[in-house]
Amino acid sequence: MRPALPEAGHLHRGLILSRDSVHIVGASLAGIRAAEALRREGFSGTIALIGDEPHRPYDRPPLSKQVLSGAWEPDRIGLTKPEKFDEIELDLRLSTRATAFDLASRSLTTSGPDGERTENVDGLLIATGARCRSLPGTDGMSGVHILRGLDDALALRADFDRGPKRVVVVGAGFIGAEVAATARGREIPVTMVEALPTPLGRVLGEQMGSVMADVHREHGVDLRTGVGVDSVNGGDRVESVTLSDGSLIEADVVVIGIGVIPNTEWLDGSGLEIDNGIVCDATMLAAPGVTAAGDVARWPNHRFDEVMRVEHWDNAIEQGVHAAKRLLVDDSAAQPFTPVPWFWSDQYDRKIQLAGRVRADDDLEIVEGSLEEHRFAALYGREGRLVGVLGFNRPRHVMQYKMMIQDGVSFADAVSAEI
Amino acid sequence: MKIVVDFDLCESNAICMQIAPDLFEVRDDDFLYVLNEEPGEDSRARVEECVQRCPKQAISIEG
Repeated sequence: MRPALPEAGHLHRGLILSRDSVHIVGASLAGIRAAEALRREGFSGTIALIGDEPHRPYDRPPLSKQVLSGAWEPDRIGLTKPEKFDEIELDLRLSTRATAFDLASRSLTTSGPDGERTENVDGLLIATGARCRSLPGTDGMSGVHILRGLDDALALRADFDRGPKRVVVVGAGFIGAEVAATARGREIPVTMVEALPTPLGRVLGEQMGSVMADVHREHGVDLRTGVGVDSVNGGDRVESVTLSDGSLIEADVVVIGIGVIPNTEWLDGSGLEIDNGIVCDATMLAAPGVTAAGDVARWPNHRFDEVMRVEHWDNAIEQGVHAAKRLLVDDSAAQPFTPVPWFWSDQYDRKIQLAGRVRADDDLEIVEGSLEEHRFAALYGREGRLVGVLGFNRPRHVMQYKMMIQDGVSFADAVSAEI
Repeated sequence: MKIVVDFDLCESNAICMQIAPDLFEVRDDDFLYVLNEEPGEDSRARVEECVQRCPKQAISIEG
């Protein structure tokens, strides 16, 4: 039995708001971790967890790696053991899509296997995530893929299993890079097309972008940079891709990894402020009794004096927990959410990790290892502050410098630190 | 409480080291070492956070 009352010390100081129920819209990482956090905090009301996919909450990072490679079957990526669901007594509603919310009347409309339903909500936590951008003219063309959900991964894997002659990956961001790495691991020929001069150059800077490019080329990827896609050609099935430099690449599989769009359309006219995500205050509150978390949430992170929307795995957890706790306290007890964003990407035999908020024009200093061996830690500085660390196979250093970012260490002190 | 790490899953992301540096350490060989496998109950909340935030879901608690 869970305790009826919160245990002392679990909550931030301040009043515990008495709520009858919390509705969590979005049953992926942020949503399930939020639900678990509510119970840990002693919340004893009803928790509805509403997700539009038919699957129980699952972990997405393995989709582009272990699931796509065929090493893992989907039953390995569940986020929470089934018995845990019973323990936290969730009203889990799968295959159910939230279609509207009205802040004034606090009514939530959903559409699921039992039809449409409108109900009043008390606490609402929105974690509806984001969806992939697509390329015009590719709708319904088989062989063209995005990768976001389990069904996407299984569909792409099925195409990989057929032994494609060539895969074209559009976009050399992290998803595209992981798909390319997994395809190369399966010895499938890959052409990767990137509009920027170097992969991730706009984010990490040209020097680091060049390292990314080297790693891909060393693993046999035909990397084309500084070019766009003019058209994806074919009938029912894709046959080729025409690039903006006029070249034609024959391909039987195309994977599009050109970023995501936050899922907020269902909130148009809701009374919540939407601007490239759900606009929240520094504590993740979007409106009284309404919080947001994960890829869909935008908030001012005081640590970096920046309004941000973060699409990282770890952020979904931390923000989900924070947004859940926020629903249980009044304004006077609310804490700002000020994380140092962090993520990792596994490509080939490299573990790439980035902590902080980096820009292409930040100061850059290699502090451990070397670019040549593709094993290093690089620090990013801005206005004398340490703002980021990028590691290639340097997990210990990334974490130690991440803690320095957290502690507000100067760039000079970080560069000269012996760790 | 006993900390169990599945070293076949662990990829040394070092998130656990950030949360509980007294219990977990990733060393220069890039491997994770558990410094104290049976910490006291006062560490439970932090270890649970490590379990949740491990990107590979490689950490579990027995007892």
